[in-house]
Amino acid sequence: MSILFVLIPLAVLMFAVALAAFFWAVGHDQFDDLETPGVRVLFDDAEVAPPREAGSGATRA
Amino acid sequence: MAETASAAPAAVCFHCALPIPAGADLHATIGGTRRAMCCPGCVAVAEIIAASGLDAYYRFRELPAGTPEEPTPARAAELARYDHPALQRTFVRTGPDGLQRCTLSVDGIRCGACVWLIEEALRRRPGIRDVAVNAASARAEIAWDAETIRLGAILEELARLGYTARPYRPDWEEAARHAEFRAALWRLGLAGLGAMQVMMYAVALYAGALEGMADVYRDLLRWVSGIVAAPVVVIAGRPFFANAWRDLRQGRIGMDGPVALAIGLTFAASLVASRLGGGEVYFESVCMFVFLLTLGRFIEMRTRHRAATTVERALRRPPACATRLTAEGGEELVGVYELAVGDRVLVKPGESIPADGRVIDGEGWVDEAMLTGEHWPRAKRRGAPVIGGTQNGESPLTVEIERVGADTALAAVVRLVDVAGRARPRLARVADRVAQVFVPRVAVVAGLAALAWLFVEPARAPWIALAVLVVSCPCALSLATPVALTAASGTLVRTGLLATREHVLEGLGKTTHVVFDKTGTLTEGRVRLVRAVPVGTAGVDACLAIARALEAGSSHPIAAAFARGPLPARDPRPRVEHATAVAGHGLDAVVDGVPHRLGVPEWAAALAPGADATPPADGGSWVLLATADGPRCWFELDDELRAEAPAAVAALGALGIEVQIVSGDAAPVVTRLARGLGVAAAVGRATPESKLEHVRRLQEAGAVVLMVGDGVNDAPGLGGAAVAIAMGGGTDLARTQADAVLLREDLRAIPAAVRLARRTRRVIGENLAWAIAYNAVAVPLAALGLVPPYWAAIGMSASSLVVVANAWKLARTPREVTA
Repeated sequence: MSILFVLIPLAVLMFAVALAAFFWAVGHDQFDDLETPGVRVLFDDAEVAPPREAGSGATRA
Repeated sequence: MAETASAAPAAVCFHCALPIPAGADLHATIGGTRRAMCCPGCVAVAEIIAASGLDAYYRFRELPAGTPEEPTPARAAELARYDHPALQRTFVRTGPDGLQRCTLSVDGIRCGACVWLIEEALRRRPGIRDVAVNAASARAEIAWDAETIRLGAILEELARLGYTARPYRPDWEEAARHAEFRAALWRLGLAGLGAMQVMMYAVALYAGALEGMADVYRDLLRWVSGIVAAPVVVIAGRPFFANAWRDLRQGRIGMDGPVALAIGLTFAASLVASRLGGGEVYFESVCMFVFLLTLGRFIEMRTRHRAATTVERALRRPPACATRLTAEGGEELVGVYELAVGDRVLVKPGESIPADGRVIDGEGWVDEAMLTGEHWPRAKRRGAPVIGGTQNGESPLTVEIERVGADTALAAVVRLVDVAGRARPRLARVADRVAQVFVPRVAVVAGLAALAWLFVEPARAPWIALAVLVVSCPCALSLATPVALTAASGTLVRTGLLATREHVLEGLGKTTHVVFDKTGTLTEGRVRLVRAVPVGTAGVDACLAIARALEAGSSHPIAAAFARGPLPARDPRPRVEHATAVAGHGLDAVVDGVPHRLGVPEWAAALAPGADATPPADGGSWVLLATADGPRCWFELDDELRAEAPAAVAALGALGIEVQIVSGDAAPVVTRLARGLGVAAAVGRATPESKLEHVRRLQEAGAVVLMVGDGVNDAPGLGGAAVAIAMGGGTDLARTQADAVLLREDLRAIPAAVRLARRTRRVIGENLAWAIAYNAVAVPLAALGLVPPYWAAIGMSASSLVVVANAWKLARTPREVTA
């Protein structure tokens, strides 16, 4: 059980690292816009249908 | 990704998902499929999206688009103004690379697909180098090459896609909000992570307490818990201590006093217990406590910030400009604040008149509805007074300024608005009152329990007091209202009502009277042809065709009414010659060789001496088409009632709310409209003062008044009403005075919002009842010493979760609104 004396401080250390990461994220405006970046990933790959190509779009939705 | 339109393809617009009005036959072909549309605006936007090959937007989007504003000359003129260098200096930055950069505030962004649509469409325009849209703040950063493209053209492109964009300048208030948001998020994260961590150690401690555990491990876990809990209490809990201290110095005990006391005492006692190795530790409860309270505050802050942003967006328009005529005969663009008495300004078609003055050249029509409530534009000739803020019709006017700044009629109304706002009834929040009473009482109970236990078993007394403090937990109370209000305001926006102040839901739920403005609120605020009554043998279609041909060349608002009417099939079209507009009277022309007059009855009938100029029916506004042989046809024109107005008024009546109409328009017009809607109380010829007076009288008699309006003349009434709603297309002054804005101008959102507000009140009531009932059970048990620390922690968290889950019911959109 004496391993606890190593493991628990280790857990506290990880807690500190998580906090530091969170602090960095808040400081770098990572939480300012939670929607757009998520959707933007999808758009980059999506092909843009050329004009007047029948049946390419809305029917599938 | 559900497509709203595919569920009921015939009934709603594919673009904006609004119901398609009966008789409309509008379509756009998107991705090869013909889709039904509700209005020409939607068709135009949808066709542009499809023609640009951007119809993937319709696949990506999660919410239907907003109904685009109809393009008007006024709007085009406004957009083109942003190209003026004097104006651009205030918001455009020139980068070292020679590119122009600015931030746009974009209305109409609903979801990520809008971001994609805007970015794709703009990137294809030559000259635009960079676009970055932020959906959360509804802002777009753009960089463009001034050699290739004008800013006005960029804004026009956005308008064509259905988004209204205006340059935006961030200010210190926004920076302060951002800093507050960061600090709050940081505290919330710290408290959340800390609470999870400490709770984990606590589970080990609970297990140890039940199964037996060596003291050395127990002490290790306790100390580690304490170390993790310390920053949570000191940093995340700081606002509670700061507020409590501030209240204390002012000699009162606020909501945060007992909270700070509970946090401080529990943490200190747990430290002492860890040091002495006995008693109980409550580190996990303290952390949970701080976390849940911080969460409640965080939600409240978000709601407050959103409200502030909305108000600012409505308030902060770019500086208004005027075209001043110089002594040399040139024109210069100046800010309205630079105008002086005696200046001559040119007011172009569709522009607002910059200040009070007198027409010195030109003649035309000025729409004064926003100030007077009259639905009929006023004829203005040389020498006629004009009021600043009213809208010019379709011909240019030269105006000599007579009053500026604080002397103008508009400024007088603004002053009245300020007075009204100060006397506004305050709706106290039930939850705050309950918490204020409840929290100190728990503290007293804890003290009494400790005192009692001093006689029974002195060693346990402090721990019992702590257990009472912890288990009672004002978290549920402090979460009860903000969570319910936040969930409900989200739903409110989906029904079409954007709350800009916090007390809207509270007020809507208590509303007993609704006072409507008429022009622009219950009605569309534009003239429509109601019916044509031919005289003698004249055919309706023939007369209508002549009238339309006559009006075709006119810019008068009546002309638009004729143009919108049903089209009679008639060939060939009447030939119009020598058409002259006689201001204040009507049109004089030769149609197919016969002299005709169309306009004010007496004037038109004068073409045939001795002819009868009495309209066929009372009320309404009649114009007469006449020849030298006498009257040929009567046309009744009226301001069009909004299609959904009768349903909205009936729904409000069904909710037990009294509906009244107070309008600046002529009394007979108002009475007739009120009778048609089944509204008993209607007041005509109301001035801004008398509107406010009316609202006040009702409120003095104990009514909770909800006022709905759109014009400058409604602003004092809006400012004085307990709850005020402005139409989305209303004047700035009305919108800034209102607590909520009717986004899609669908009046049915009002009864829906009242129902939602009543449900919200019920949920808040349930939440408070639950929190109190829970405490009624838990506090006595804790006082009797029957609650071990883990039950205190579980009970506290569970009671908060129940409150949140209950409030979440409000996030669901009620069926009757979406349908």
